[in-house]
Amino acid sequence: MPTKEMICISCPMGCMLSVDYDETGVLKVTGNQCKRGEIYASKEVINPRRVVTSIVPVIGGVEDMVSVKTATDIPKDLMKDCILALKNIKVQAPVEIGQVILENVCGTNVCVIATKRVEKKL
Amino acid sequence: MINKDIVIIGGGPAGLAAAIGAYEAGNKDIVILERDNQLGGILNQCIHPGFGLHTFKEELTGPEYASRYVKKINDLGIESKLETMVIDIAPNLIVSAINETEGVIQYQAKAVILAMGCRERPRGALNIPGTRPAGIYSAGTAQRYVNIEGFMPGKSVVILGSGDIGLIMARRLTLEGANVKTVVEIMPYSGGLKRNIVQCLDDFNIPLKLSHTVTKIHGKTRVTGVTIARVDDDKKPIPGTEEFIECDTLLLSVGLIPENELSRKVGVKINPRTQGPIVTESLETSIKGIFAAGNVLHVHDLVDYVSGEAYLAGKNSVKYIDGLLNENHMINIVTQDGVRYSVPSSINPKNAEDLSLIRFRSTDVYKDAYVSVFLDQERIIHSKKKIITPGEMEQVTILKKWLQDRPINSIFIKIEKE
Amino acid sequence: MFDVVIIGAGVIGSSVARALSKYQLKVLVLEKHNDVCEETSKANSGIVHSGYDAKTGTLKAKFNLLGNRMMADFCKKYRVPYRNNGSLVLAFEDEDIQKLDELKKQGMKNGVERLRILSKDEVHEMEPNLNDSVVGALYAPTGGIVDPFELTIAQAEIANMNGVEFRFNSLVKSISKSKDHFLINFNDEIIESKTVINCAGVFSDEINNMVSEYKLHITPRKGEYCLFDKEVGHYVDKTIFQLPTAYGKGVLVTPTAENNLLIGPTAYDVIDKRDSSTSPEGLKEVLAKASQSIKKVPTGFIITAFSGLRATESKGDFVIGEAKDVPGFFNAAGIESPGLTAAPAIGDYLSSVVAQKLNADIKSNYLDNREEIIRFEPLSIEDKASLIKKNHEFGKIICRCEMVTLAEIKDAIHRPLGATTIDGVKRRTRAGAGRCQGGFCGPRVLEILSKELNKDPREITKFDQQAILLVGLDKETL
Repeated sequence: MPTKEMICISCPMGCMLSVDYDETGVLKVTGNQCKRGEIYASKEVINPRRVVTSIVPVIGGVEDMVSVKTATDIPKDLMKDCILALKNIKVQAPVEIGQVILENVCGTNVCVIATKRVEKKL
Repeated sequence: MINKDIVIIGGGPAGLAAAIGAYEAGNKDIVILERDNQLGGILNQCIHPGFGLHTFKEELTGPEYASRYVKKINDLGIESKLETMVIDIAPNLIVSAINETEGVIQYQAKAVILAMGCRERPRGALNIPGTRPAGIYSAGTAQRYVNIEGFMPGKSVVILGSGDIGLIMARRLTLEGANVKTVVEIMPYSGGLKRNIVQCLDDFNIPLKLSHTVTKIHGKTRVTGVTIARVDDDKKPIPGTEEFIECDTLLLSVGLIPENELSRKVGVKINPRTQGPIVTESLETSIKGIFAAGNVLHVHDLVDYVSGEAYLAGKNSVKYIDGLLNENHMINIVTQDGVRYSVPSSINPKNAEDLSLIRFRSTDVYKDAYVSVFLDQERIIHSKKKIITPGEMEQVTILKKWLQDRPINSIFIKIEKE
Repeated sequence: MFDVVIIGAGVIGSSVARALSKYQLKVLVLEKHNDVCEETSKANSGIVHSGYDAKTGTLKAKFNLLGNRMMADFCKKYRVPYRNNGSLVLAFEDEDIQKLDELKKQGMKNGVERLRILSKDEVHEMEPNLNDSVVGALYAPTGGIVDPFELTIAQAEIANMNGVEFRFNSLVKSISKSKDHFLINFNDEIIESKTVINCAGVFSDEINNMVSEYKLHITPRKGEYCLFDKEVGHYVDKTIFQLPTAYGKGVLVTPTAENNLLIGPTAYDVIDKRDSSTSPEGLKEVLAKASQSIKKVPTGFIITAFSGLRATESKGDFVIGEAKDVPGFFNAAGIESPGLTAAPAIGDYLSSVVAQKLNADIKSNYLDNREEIIRFEPLSIEDKASLIKKNHEFGKIICRCEMVTLAEIKDAIHRPLGATTIDGVKRRTRAGAGRCQGGFCGPRVLEILSKELNKDPREITKFDQQAILLVGLDKETL
């Protein structure tokens, strides 16, 4: 039964996890200080996922750019593709926090949403 | 001259939470003075996730975290002045600020809360030899270019220092199209959070070279490369280990310094270890009525802790104004044996909360060691830690009742092997 | 056809240009960098030497004294930061007192006034932070400190306001003499001029050797420095020199005219005239030597290190005047220390010689001053308030370390020979010269430059044309 040592990145605590797993999935997680460690370990062993953040240009806003993120984590392998998908996206001001910037990024069924409010330039 | 009960200097996470703390403690006569054109401070350029897990029990980006507080400030109707720079605090709590529309504004405050945050250590502090070309940025400056303005400061990048901003920028620059070649750290351990090593370096196969430093910068107009070398135990480069790395950019992530120009000018006593004011459990500085919280006090790892600390400073400033802060009977907190500093530096049991947090950093990396707290001779906390590193802030909780049972002169915090 | 072409816009070229601009002459300054004050003039000690140092009878001795005597009024008039703080040469052994006395005698012969040997007690009373091992000192009350950037920029501005043309990014490739004028080739363009003045610093031998058979040979001698935070700017009050010993020339410790603390320089001959890098050995040496002079070197307050090259001519003296074999070709070559002190006097002297040669008359409309220049930081609260009322852009602080306002930065950009680069703004306003070294204001200054000069942010450089700061847009290379 393989064991993997990993650092939980769910929060800044950075717990050192010891994960026992086999082909059926994660069997046992130790070292975590909360439930999130277990969830993280299960995902990280089978299907590692990350939240991706970036910025996109705003047209007619009081600021030129708006920060965005994937609404939930997406497969780690798709991080670069996600940024690439944002390459030619522009958004019209005003922008609200949570506003969808791009739907179903890279076929993940996850939206990219704005994380900042940008008002319209008067 | 405007009379104002509470003047808060800085509208970043500390200033915002301090304002809310004061408001909720019952004093609504507050103004926040912020030099930027928006509230939120440095959070606005920290577009990565990882904020708010303690405060909001969810993972937010910097701008989202800031917006929660800004919304609350607006909902409560707390006054803030943007693009307003405080240029002086007088010991009698007259705060002078300037802005474009009103010129010089002066407040006679009853309490002042310092919440100016911190700034990055520049290259000069490191004295790296070589040329002085374009292409050397502090990590935060690069962060502003990449995350706020949408410009790339370089194509191939070496990062000196493994502070969190440097690690975060390694990922950001990589995702936006730069080639981050390596992160070089002079210490044998990283200065940043472990999770950032994993998700910012390991995820992108960016090597972290511990016990290495940049010994020379090359390039006459733009950086053309850096020489790095391994260092010995005294952090001196070891001859023969030099290696040239071609790059057009050197990012510096070599530490943050609390920004205390104003505090020093008014005469607030500064702790040389933290470069921040020496404060009591109420976060009051050596000058009565001047409080401090957040990164101006000591550099935090987590904004959640900044918010909590600043909330308390706000609340205590109201207590002070109402004459409810007791001024006698201070118990000194003495740090020794591997503990570099603590915040606060003293506790007055009469003013303390039921649970008082003492935050500290270690001087070195300790594995399987104990954090111990002594009330004079008596060891009252002895808690085992798998790892204690200077890069991660530690805390202990002191119960008020421990301090009330009997007279105590000093509280000692130390790291013990067993 | 120009009457005069000046090669080099350092402090010497700018001084000559300023002095010539009062004559009815068509004057052009060619500068290979894209701003004035880009080489030796920007990286030196910023000292106004009193003049005991140079051997009696040399041009160095002569122009040092002339420059020293005119500096106070000159700086006041043209608003160049200057302070007559006086200087000390320290002795560390009792037998060195005699050497101080010899230095004093040479100074008196050179015409330096009020030189005095101080006893151990006197010197420690005057400078409490000196090292205990100091046994005495030569005190020169006429010594001073000056902002070398402003001394250069002020004079270039005046020259420009009075019609002197400056062409930047203009590297002179060759000079030839036709019958009665010179052909100067730069940037694949050839211009004609009746006279040429060579103010090319470490390259002044190469310029001279293009036309004269009396060859010059300049060795660039590197000097490395450490600059400290204003917090320790008053650690010493006087400029503290060390008596040269068998181990070398020693380093100085001095406040600067802008209230920083400066220590240095080293003195090593180098080959590359463009090498302004610092070295671990050099910085170590500077710190070690400075620690002999003062109690404690406040290393925690270093904000930057830099180095500059002295133009050391093989015969050891300034070369000033018309080349013997090339009428109309004038040198201000081999201008090393005390060149900064001497600069205004060298400018006055050379301009009068050249004007005489060209039979030039004085202009009736010569503007003998700079346009108004306002520094916000030192003003009282009341003056600050009224200034913001007049121009609200004084209410916007861009550089928080040095408290430089938007109004000052815009002025620096739009003045005669205004700043076009980040370093140009820094040298004119001090934005970015403080303890955070532009970490905070850098992006903001870049934005202001881009807006005011109507340029894309990616075209704004740190200095020159190649020192670009932003290489592209996010995601551009994906």
